[in-house]
Amino acid sequence: MSTLHTVNKSPFATQALVSCLNHAKPGDAVLMIEDGVYGGLGGTGLTDIIVEFGKNVSLYVLSPDLAARGIDAGRLAPGVEGVGYDGFVDLVTKHDRTQAWL
Amino acid sequence: MKIGVLVSEGPYTHEAADSAYKFVTAALAAGHEVPRVFFYHDGVNVATRLSVPPQDERHIQRNWTTLAKEHGVDLVVCIAAAQRRGILDENEAKRQGKDTDNLAEGFRISGLGQLIEMAIQTDRLVTFGD
Amino acid sequence: MSDVKKFLYVNRKAPYGTIYALESLEVVLIGAAFEQDVALAFLDDGVFQLTKGQNTEEIGMKNFSPTFRALGDYDVQKLYVERESLEERGLSEDDLIEVVYEDEDDDWAEKPAIRVISRAEMSDVMAEADVILSF
Repeated sequence: MSTLHTVNKSPFATQALVSCLNHAKPGDAVLMIEDGVYGGLGGTGLTDIIVEFGKNVSLYVLSPDLAARGIDAGRLAPGVEGVGYDGFVDLVTKHDRTQAWL
Repeated sequence: MKIGVLVSEGPYTHEAADSAYKFVTAALAAGHEVPRVFFYHDGVNVATRLSVPPQDERHIQRNWTTLAKEHGVDLVVCIAAAQRRGILDENEAKRQGKDTDNLAEGFRISGLGQLIEMAIQTDRLVTFGD
Repeated sequence: MSDVKKFLYVNRKAPYGTIYALESLEVVLIGAAFEQDVALAFLDDGVFQLTKGQNTEEIGMKNFSPTFRALGDYDVQKLYVERESLEERGLSEDDLIEVVYEDEDDDWAEKPAIRVISRAEMSDVMAEADVILSF
């Protein structure tokens, strides 16, 4: 049993991503969407923390939101993977429940 | 798989209604069922038929109305949240003595029980909000 | 799948500044009629929803804090509050309102519905839910 967590806020604006990561279980997935995609960036003050969590939790960003914000996939932190809306749907079905961190 | 969707934020100010629309479109394209989308909080504002965005912008309400027509998705707007924010169907406008109604085609107004029922009857619930 | 699902209402926002807390409570009250297994979780700023002494007179909004105390009458018996979220905000259990329910398996004895639990326990509560409604 595992959970897909979605985060739609920049981690520089709210605690949602950090709170989500603090509650996620090994085997869960975290999908960053909308302004949440900024959480997937490498070279930020939060990258080390996020990469550390990424050892137990799969980290994804929604590619259309990433592209809209002019972020090249090469800027993502190690271990963070881009998915499209089709990938979002797959993640929802693959995990037993979805929890939005609004 | 049956996927229920909750939209908790209004159009244009937040991306939520756009993300939800893209997600539902992708889920249907992948062969999943999306029997219902429930609109709550400011999400009810998606359902006004009086929205007139500039022509070169996406028309959020119309996109949802088309989706409902083409795929039979049940678009339900919470009555309590809708009344607070001035979203009324014909019956409710009459009942409240208002001079017009503004619920767009393809949407219907009903109670919060429809949200709970959706959560019971679907395999997954995906929430888009602020 | 059994007919009864585990519903978890997750509250992470403070009251009054936005409507989410109030409209979340409205879902809980309606949802109670569906005879599902219901629990509420309060973490992050959501813990502010349960503080004592709320007085909304001068902001012109309805004080919905007393409605939480009525949850027991709706057979809502589990209000999980995260200890770390309380401590980070300088709060303790003493700062929270009392919510009780009557335990039908124990001669209708009144019992506290608010259960302060650790962050790790909160993760477990979330991972056991079938449906998570986030506000």
